[in-house]
Amino acid sequence: MTPAHRLFAIAAGAAVIAALVFVPLSLGRYGLYILSLWSVMSIAAIGLNLTLGYAGQVSLAQGAFVGIGAYAAAIMTVNGLPLSLAVAAALILCFIVGWVLGYPALRVQHHYLAFVTLAFSTLAFLVFRNEEWLTKGIYGISDVPRPNIFGLSTAKPLPFYYLCLFTLGVVTIAFWRLVRSPWGRAFMALRENPMRALSLGVDTRRYTLMAFAIGSALGGLAGALYAPLTEFVDPTPFTLSLSLNLLMMVIVGGSGFFFGPYLGAMIAVLLPEWLRFTQGYYLIVYAVLVMALLIYSPTGILGILDRYLRDRSAKAASSLRAAARASLPDEAVG
Amino acid sequence: MKSVLAAGAALLAAAFAAPAFAQDIELADVAELSGGGATVGTNWKNGIDLAVEEINAAGGILGHRIVVTHADSQSNPGVARAQVQKALDSNPYVLLGPGYSGSVKVTAPLAAEAGVAQIMGGEAAELTRMGDKFLFRTSFGQQSSMPKVAKYMAEDMKAKNVAIVWVNNDFGKGGRDTITKEFDKRGVKVAADISTEAGQADFAADVAKVKASDADAAFVYLNEEESARILKEFKRQGATLPLMGETTLVGQKVIELAGDAANGARAHVGLTTDAPVESVRAFRNRFVKKYNYVPDHNGIKGYLAVYMVKAATEKMGKVDPKGVADALHGLTIKAADQPGLLMDVTFDENGDIDREGFLVEVENGKQVIKQILPKLQ
Amino acid sequence: MSNLVDLVIAGLATGAIYALVAIGFTLLWQTSQTINFAQGEFVMLPAFLMLAVASLGAPFWLAVVLGALLSIAILGVAFKKLLVDPMLRHGVLPLAIATMALSVAMKESVKQFFSAEAQPFPSIAPSGSVSIFGSSISLQSVGVFAFGVAAVIGLNLFLERTSTGRQMQAAAQNPTVARIIGVPVERMIMLTFVINAALVALASLLVTPIYLAKFSSGETLGQAAFIAAIVGGFNQVRGAIVGGLVIGVVDNLAAAYVSTQYRAAVPLMLLIVIILFRPEGLVGRSEERTV
Repeated sequence: MTPAHRLFAIAAGAAVIAALVFVPLSLGRYGLYILSLWSVMSIAAIGLNLTLGYAGQVSLAQGAFVGIGAYAAAIMTVNGLPLSLAVAAALILCFIVGWVLGYPALRVQHHYLAFVTLAFSTLAFLVFRNEEWLTKGIYGISDVPRPNIFGLSTAKPLPFYYLCLFTLGVVTIAFWRLVRSPWGRAFMALRENPMRALSLGVDTRRYTLMAFAIGSALGGLAGALYAPLTEFVDPTPFTLSLSLNLLMMVIVGGSGFFFGPYLGAMIAVLLPEWLRFTQGYYLIVYAVLVMALLIYSPTGILGILDRYLRDRSAKAASSLRAAARASLPDEAVG
Repeated sequence: MKSVLAAGAALLAAAFAAPAFAQDIELADVAELSGGGATVGTNWKNGIDLAVEEINAAGGILGHRIVVTHADSQSNPGVARAQVQKALDSNPYVLLGPGYSGSVKVTAPLAAEAGVAQIMGGEAAELTRMGDKFLFRTSFGQQSSMPKVAKYMAEDMKAKNVAIVWVNNDFGKGGRDTITKEFDKRGVKVAADISTEAGQADFAADVAKVKASDADAAFVYLNEEESARILKEFKRQGATLPLMGETTLVGQKVIELAGDAANGARAHVGLTTDAPVESVRAFRNRFVKKYNYVPDHNGIKGYLAVYMVKAATEKMGKVDPKGVADALHGLTIKAADQPGLLMDVTFDENGDIDREGFLVEVENGKQVIKQILPKLQ
Repeated sequence: MSNLVDLVIAGLATGAIYALVAIGFTLLWQTSQTINFAQGEFVMLPAFLMLAVASLGAPFWLAVVLGALLSIAILGVAFKKLLVDPMLRHGVLPLAIATMALSVAMKESVKQFFSAEAQPFPSIAPSGSVSIFGSSISLQSVGVFAFGVAAVIGLNLFLERTSTGRQMQAAAQNPTVARIIGVPVERMIMLTFVINAALVALASLLVTPIYLAKFSSGETLGQAAFIAAIVGGFNQVRGAIVGGLVIGVVDNLAAAYVSTQYRAAVPLMLLIVIILFRPEGLVGRSEERTV
């Protein structure tokens, strides 16, 4: 990137962060709820992006991990334990479950992990619904408390939104470091050419498993925030649909792009809202838009942007070359 | 891009916070328009729309036009909560819905905190036991209907061992939990406890289980289509034990879908388009004329909800959102005075409904009233 | 004991339904790497198309024929040309997601434009039942079973014995080489989609009288067919019918002997076990990995 571009990127980034911090001050309860939901879903989508976009594995269980995190947080906080403990428990639990789930499944071919995670998704839902003694079954756990951060209550929508935003920020920085690290490069090697990576001595299985486990842990983290956000946890949201929705978020935003999940989550959360004026048709319009987008650009919106930028720089480069060639004497040009 | 979207969200929120015309009465409805409860929510919505149209055509409530907005809870309590939150942000006159008990449980505290009356379709017993002064039913709560069912099964059917077949959602489970307690009180044993999934099509295993148990009667608590399917399955497997249910077992739709497999099924029915009541028949004709299908009991509930708002407001003599709940508590309304309410009804202090009920048996493809259970007051 | 026989036979009847739906699913995967998440909705739609035509006044048999033709046009030709073709070269996953979106669009469209209520659907099989091994089974279920088996036999004969069928197999196994030897690969692939559309229209006609026409009836059916296809063997059409029957029976037995609450878990556990220990499915051929 040229210095001009870099300056532009930093300015844009600062503007976005400022907007995320200051615009919500003027929003009502519902607007704040939507933004908080966006940040929570982004965290889950970032996890899935790691698994899918960077390590190339299809997981259909991300929704189940969000559920595990949500129930862990609900059960613990309703019984008086602090949310920070619940978050840690959710992260560790989902990491372990992800590892255990991924370990045997990664022995087999690519698309079969998708099926195993699909089965796990429904199984998790059944456990949430049937094990009343733990999860209160279909009736759900109500009055999930919101945490006190350093003595400040997050019971009101605005402070809780800032908590969600802060967590998203932490996850963003952590993920940025991960992607830049040797681990991150190993993950991308897995996506591009697993055979080659293997031949270069990269333990593909270990790294794939790592990616899947970390991705799942992030799902759990999202769930641990989801519980105090909605203040009620029941099995209904944690079905295969949620996993499919998260997958759609990653792909529509742009799988493998760093900012893909944020964009995808924003579209998934906001677009139905904007389309509500179409009354009963909003889901149809949403589905058709998703299909149209995918037909036009399977690499999602950021894929379109990426192609456009690349086209532009390619054109710029070739016009530079043409100009340079024009200034050369005729004999030098072959 | 993200800041544009965030600004867009801000604009949207502002737009919804803006007040409407001071003249109109705004009703906010949050219902299950998609997802597992789509049939319930769509019927509820259609009933509401019909009532609003009728009332507006007759001059509105105390001369004020009614305007209703519908929001989709996607059959998901979390989404219902968000939608109710959004609806409350624009200060509606009354909140209507949701229909699913789980969604009602989660949204009731919000409405109560905002001081807005909520008229909903949920039937779970606990809803009116939360001490919520703003919540009102449109149908019998399970705590009213299940004792009547248990009484009939124990005394009239002389059942000693009952198999319970229920749909595994908060509606079905609530009913199953309540009736199990009632059976316990009467010394009736539960021979089999069989849960089924919403949308289930194949009931062979469930009916086989009922037959294999030593049940002498079965209590069937499913949604409409599944009721039709299980009735057909009972007939197919030659099961002869008497079947008892609630409104959903003997609805017009079920009889139509199950054919003669529905004959012999009995149920306690609170609201039915087949009631031998003139106003109900008339309502049904109007509904069919507008929508081209016969409503289920959720359609009746939605219709009643709007007329309840009318009755309460007319009692107050003024349009006052803060007074609706108080006006409804303890109110008895005769159908003669308010034909939109279809039958005489009384609302008690908890928001529960007291109304005539029916014990019905299906004979030759028609609902036949066997007993009329009178209003308590 | 008669209870067990009852359950197995009922399971086979339901399994035949799953098999019919799974066959087309497997075909699409084999020939064009299309994972069609909307397959359940593909079975739901033809019945509504037939009802729509019938509501315009056409007699039932005409409505069936026209509905079937419409289904083939929409679910076969239009599906391939509008959705699959533009996306196929981009890989399996984006297309799979697109079919997920398609299933939502189809469900919601039927709900909005037709009805949210379940509709009865006339049966082409006579009503009544017959007694097999002492348990009563409805003629409808017998009909489904018979048609399912006939479809598979017919399909197999077509694939093995006719020149077109063999060309289709060639196009599926190795499109590059098939092109070289002159097989019109694109046409063969289109043929697969048309066959799938015909199969789901048939399945719809057979199944809807039992399941009733409702916008949501595709959900459980789609998932069951999915599991059936994988358990049976994703790369063999035979696998679909074996998988379907197995899942149907296992599901019924699980409900009766394990627990009705966890009924859906047993086929899923079976799926996990099969994937881990025999990924090619019960009857499938083991796939070699291309380096």
